[in-house]
Amino acid sequence: MEKSSNRPDMSVNIAGVELKNPVMTASGTFGSGMEYSEFVNLDHLGAVVTKGVASVPWEGNPTPRVAEVYGGMLNAIGLQNPGIDVFIERDLAFLKQFDTKVIVNVCGHTEEEYLDVVERLADQPVDMLEINVSCPNVKQGAIQFGQDPKCLEEITAKIKRLAKQPVIMKLTPNVTDISVMARAAEAGGADAISLINTITGMKIDIEKRQFVLANKTGGLSGPAIKPVAVRMVWQAANAVKIPVIGMGGIASAEDAVEFMLAGASAVAVGAMNFHDPCLTQKVVDGMEQYLVRHNISAAREITGAVL
Amino acid sequence: MKKKTTMTVTDIRSIAEGIFSMTLQYRKEDMPEQVKPGQFAGLYPNDASRLLPRPISICRWDAENRELRFVFRTAGAGTASLAAQKIGDKVDMLGILGNGYDLEKLAGKKVLLLGGGIGIPPMVELAAALSQIPGTDVTAAMGYRNSDLFLTQELSSYGKLLIATEDGSVGTKGNVLDAVRENAVEPDAVCACGPMPMLRAVKKFAQEKGIPAYISLEERMACGVGACLGCVTKTVGVDSHSHVRNARICTEGPVFNAQEVAI
Repeated sequence: MEKSSNRPDMSVNIAGVELKNPVMTASGTFGSGMEYSEFVNLDHLGAVVTKGVASVPWEGNPTPRVAEVYGGMLNAIGLQNPGIDVFIERDLAFLKQFDTKVIVNVCGHTEEEYLDVVERLADQPVDMLEINVSCPNVKQGAIQFGQDPKCLEEITAKIKRLAKQPVIMKLTPNVTDISVMARAAEAGGADAISLINTITGMKIDIEKRQFVLANKTGGLSGPAIKPVAVRMVWQAANAVKIPVIGMGGIASAEDAVEFMLAGASAVAVGAMNFHDPCLTQKVVDGMEQYLVRHNISAAREITGAVL
Repeated sequence: MKKKTTMTVTDIRSIAEGIFSMTLQYRKEDMPEQVKPGQFAGLYPNDASRLLPRPISICRWDAENRELRFVFRTAGAGTASLAAQKIGDKVDMLGILGNGYDLEKLAGKKVLLLGGGIGIPPMVELAAALSQIPGTDVTAAMGYRNSDLFLTQELSSYGKLLIATEDGSVGTKGNVLDAVRENAVEPDAVCACGPMPMLRAVKKFAQEKGIPAYISLEERMACGVGACLGCVTKTVGVDSHSHVRNARICTEGPVFNAQEVAI
């Protein structure tokens, strides 16, 4: 389709997958799109990234699972999900009705569990896989793989051997040096990396002298974490050649542009979907307006373009 | 169809200590198709640092004037900022959320409505709706801490009203079930909203009487629309969404058959 000359080209290419624009949903904040399809036309998004799916249904953590904090929120959902069978039959079938890319977030307690899901998705109509090696809220697995560069490289390599789709490794910010982790994922053969997952946090009710979350700790997300996320995206993007997908507290198109300038090839809107269920669309529109305002012909040109 | 809409405050006042009544009016184009008793909305504090909507049950729906009435307790900075709104101010709202009470299951029955504390407000809309259904008998028993009562005038206009107070200053001394027993109420069905110990007692009461109990649950919520899986309740059977035993209070609830939740 020919684009009118005054409209910027919003498309971006991540590991060979062409997205109509750089705006995705952050895993866990958008379900499988069904709930938010009442608010947003999913056809207008670059990609929908699903909530983490495991090989079997997961119950998740006890409640309370969420708490608001200044400028953000804590969550310790514990990756409750219906498992891959229901996911394929119901959620994936739903998503395939839309003209958007589908990125499935994969979680597991053990290497075998990750590989099981990756294998089950091999012949499914899925555009990319995002591997959650960074959830701070499950007892085993997940973050253990994401905090040790050797483990991260190994699991990335094992997943890459089985995966039929490009693989995005989702990194945790709960490490000393993010560039080491970014390079480990790249060395394992990752096609892209996404960051940041939530930052481990805590809230205490001083009147009751109790932890607010049943899990005691939870992952901090929302605008409160954005400066940390922008810094880490910049560090990671400078450490690797593979594309970086940036996220962490995006609340506006301006925030999304900031991540792109820091080095992200695409961005994801997370916790702020809860504040404004139409935010993803607004980010797409606002980013296009930014490009027009700055006379930039394509969204991809602002990746890493901080001076 | 759920929407985030900007509402206008048409009334706001304190009706008891720490309890506020706020009426919000829809713009014509934002009107919902339907509002059911027991449903709720997410009200956003006018403070960008508080990003999550506050889930607040609907106390009254006036379709003619496009007005929703909410009665809430100030529990923290978010609800305090809502309480500080003035007539004419704008409040963003996510609605209409949740399943609400199934009136068909209650039609023609002797229905007992139980409300405890800030669980009382949704019982007003339910009493109003049930009182419109021919052959349906409404008795309400509401529990308060003390004589600082609220919404009693509204509730008594739709049926019989019993009152229980913790300090015994008004009505039965004790809880709502003490008032029910003292007045020998024999219902065919119970609807309840209130603190968890009360809901557990209601579940037991209904079990003993062999009648259905529909209870409205509360939990810390984030998205309000079923996406984040923050506000789940343990269920007896496998839930329809995640196929575990965790139903979403914002979506499958907040009203559940008491025998189907593991509270």
